[in-house]
Amino acid sequence: MTETIAHSVAAQSQAPGRPDFLTVRDFDFFYGKKQALFDINMDIPEKRVTAFIGPSGCGKTTLLRNFNRMNELIDGIRHSGDIRLLGQSIYGKGVEVIALRRSIGMVFQKSNPFPKSIYENIVYGLRIGGENKKSVLDEAVERSLRGAALWDEAKDRLHESALGLSGGQMQRLCIARAIANRPKVLLMDEPCSALDPIATVKVEELIHDLKQEYTIVIVTHNMQQATRCSDKTAFFYLGKLIEFAETQKIFSNPGQKQTEDYITGRFG
Amino acid sequence: MDNIVTHAPDFFHDTRAESTKAVARSLWNRVLSSVCVGLSLLSLVPLVSIIYLVIYHGFPLLGWDIFTQLPPAAGMGGGGFGNAVLGTLVMVGLGLLLSAPVGILSAIYISEYGPASRLAQAVRLVAKLLTGIPSIICGIFAFALVVATVGSFSAYAGGVALGVLMLPTILLTSEQALMGVQSAYREASYGLGATKFQTIVRIVLPDALPAIMTGIMLAVARAAGETAPLIFTSLFSWFWPKSLAEPTASLSVLVYNFSIGTDSHQIQLAWTASLVLVAFVTLANIAAQLAFSKKY
Amino acid sequence: MPEQDSKNRAFAEVRVGPDLFHLLCWVASAAAVATLGLIVYEIISGAWPAIQKFGFGFLASSSWVPNRADFGVFPFIIGTAVSSLIAILLAFPLGLAIAVFLSENFLPLPVRQVVRFVVEMLAAIPSVVYGLWGIFVVIPIIKLFGTWAVSVFCNTWTTPGIDGAPDTHRGIPVLETLFAPPAYGNSMLTASIVLALMILPTLTAISRNSLTAVPKTLREGAYALGATRWEAILGVILPTAAPGVVAATILALGRAMGETMAVAMLIGNSSRLSWSLLSPGGTLAGLLANQFAEAEGMQVNSLMFAALILVAITLFVNLIGEAVLRHTQHQTAGIR
Repeated sequence: MTETIAHSVAAQSQAPGRPDFLTVRDFDFFYGKKQALFDINMDIPEKRVTAFIGPSGCGKTTLLRNFNRMNELIDGIRHSGDIRLLGQSIYGKGVEVIALRRSIGMVFQKSNPFPKSIYENIVYGLRIGGENKKSVLDEAVERSLRGAALWDEAKDRLHESALGLSGGQMQRLCIARAIANRPKVLLMDEPCSALDPIATVKVEELIHDLKQEYTIVIVTHNMQQATRCSDKTAFFYLGKLIEFAETQKIFSNPGQKQTEDYITGRFG
Repeated sequence: MDNIVTHAPDFFHDTRAESTKAVARSLWNRVLSSVCVGLSLLSLVPLVSIIYLVIYHGFPLLGWDIFTQLPPAAGMGGGGFGNAVLGTLVMVGLGLLLSAPVGILSAIYISEYGPASRLAQAVRLVAKLLTGIPSIICGIFAFALVVATVGSFSAYAGGVALGVLMLPTILLTSEQALMGVQSAYREASYGLGATKFQTIVRIVLPDALPAIMTGIMLAVARAAGETAPLIFTSLFSWFWPKSLAEPTASLSVLVYNFSIGTDSHQIQLAWTASLVLVAFVTLANIAAQLAFSKKY
Repeated sequence: MPEQDSKNRAFAEVRVGPDLFHLLCWVASAAAVATLGLIVYEIISGAWPAIQKFGFGFLASSSWVPNRADFGVFPFIIGTAVSSLIAILLAFPLGLAIAVFLSENFLPLPVRQVVRFVVEMLAAIPSVVYGLWGIFVVIPIIKLFGTWAVSVFCNTWTTPGIDGAPDTHRGIPVLETLFAPPAYGNSMLTASIVLALMILPTLTAISRNSLTAVPKTLREGAYALGATRWEAILGVILPTAAPGVVAATILALGRAMGETMAVAMLIGNSSRLSWSLLSPGGTLAGLLANQFAEAEGMQVNSLMFAALILVAITLFVNLIGEAVLRHTQHQTAGIR
């Protein structure tokens, strides 16, 4: 524990933003009777990329989907403890989930653009927020597509079906769609697992650019991806947070034996 | 020494005994196949007969007159059944007005809002039961509900009967349509901060719409041809409808009334009306298939 | 401590009102369920006076005399049962043959598509058109057939009378009753034949689904053992699909029982019970179609009672059919 805090302090001096941008405190999570997360405590820093790694079923995606309360779409779930964004609890009494989800955006494992045009996909988040002025929407479309490195490829086909794009382009479209809402945090659930290597490279470069503006939490199965993309890495195992530190340290000199076993491939 | 050579086993041919049996099996196989194919092609005969006769008897009188003229009494020639065409369209429309909202909104409830709830289970059971109800019962129900209370036969009553007839079809096909929408779309919508209502209206319904339209068109096709629900709710009329609260003519009832009569001209008009009905029903079914295949 | 400064708020806290659309959908669902309840209520309350007056005797009595307010539906129940059963007897082999034809490849795909299209079109044709066609095509044929059948089955042996007494005619035992003269055109046989045609699409469609749902592995297993095509069909595929075919038959039976217009136009609508297929008969649905419009008083109540019986029978048959169908879907799901 003390190691983590010490590193957080050290990291803070280099960090462009708050170290406790997104905080998790004493967090337990249950699917019905089955406990999926045990006493999670972590501080996710602002405008950096934090990676969640661990074997299948370790709880990393479960925790990620709690940040924007997407788990609540499932029946019978229960939690205790707190998650806070900028100190404000996401479970607060007056918090409206739909507003929360506009502040914390998500990109899914399998890209899921709507069966609409590229333009309509991106402005969807704005329209449901009540924004329908063409000038505002146009500006948002260009901003988001540029931010997702898709503008040049898409600018001449804005009103064509989004389903006509390639796999990698569709995922970047989903990223553009998510950032159109100007979220504070961007959650990415194994965003490259369904993409070919070339598309994966493009998305990873994109993540590197995006962290200038957004706090990113990325769940990944691919440890090389974690080393390439992230600043901090959290290792989960069987629902517990085993270790959370600077990526370099986790992969070169892990503090916990379990972490070392995982990254050296003794189990996976 | 010779024995070894002459009795070497042959794996690719039958022995003589097996051979005879194989021939019998083969023959039996051919006989059954011929019977099967024969019976199947036989099924073409009645349909060809119906279509041929409907066109042969019905085509001669087909013309603008039938859509603009009123039905002739027995003994008169000429005339048409414009009021019947109008009546059918109006009553199917009324029925749709009743059944489409209830059917689609119910389908939305059981698919999106409370799929596991007891109300949803009840709705699904009721829809299944309603599909099994004979169409004449829909007529009796509408009679008891509307005709008996108001005291007269009307297009409203006919519309109610057809509405009850169409409800289960529209409900069940709409539910299927909604279930066919990928859950990934809903997830993406919620992830972007949409409410359930926004997700349903902006994402789910538009995607399900072609399939919902298919269900509606199939229901309309069926309702247009039904007679039993109408023979004692909207009855029949020889005149243009002046209001919806009076007995109204319909194509199907006209065919019925004229067919069982003895006036040869009326009978020929019945054939023509049948032609119009069959053409309409066929077109509606084809449109339903086309609507279903149209996706973004 | 948490920063409540509105500028620096992580996300706005919003109050949202009740979801009216949710309520609307709930109301629609309740209305759908209420519809069935309302139907049952209206029919029972309409039938109540007749139920009180006749009780279960209504089902056993054979007299239907409106003038004396004396009603009994036994002939019509029998008529419904007989016409439906004959229709099934005729439609079953034909429907099964077509279903097998469509699920195998005896003939090339285009031919199969034509047959499939034809069967679907048969389903779309309105009942009245079947009735009209029946009047002009089937009735004449049945009249001819009936005359032939009477002469063959009922007058098979002629014993000449003695001393000017009339000849006595003897026929083949069961058949002479079934095909007793006079040979009407509007008869049970006519209606049953057209009914068979009308339920054919239902029977075919569901049977075909059952046949195609049989896993390929079973089919391949049979062929791998050297079976001919029909040995595979009769020995393996049909037995596996049997429950589905049974369900198809039951559901088709339900439809036959509820079919109204074509039957009413062809069956002759007699309230007298007769053993002969060549005589007119009556069904519950046909009874309702013919008499409801002009009925008054106790006749209306009796007709409602008849409607209640019809609903009960068709609902019962359909529930069994659906249950069998669901059971079959569980069965084949297990085999990979």
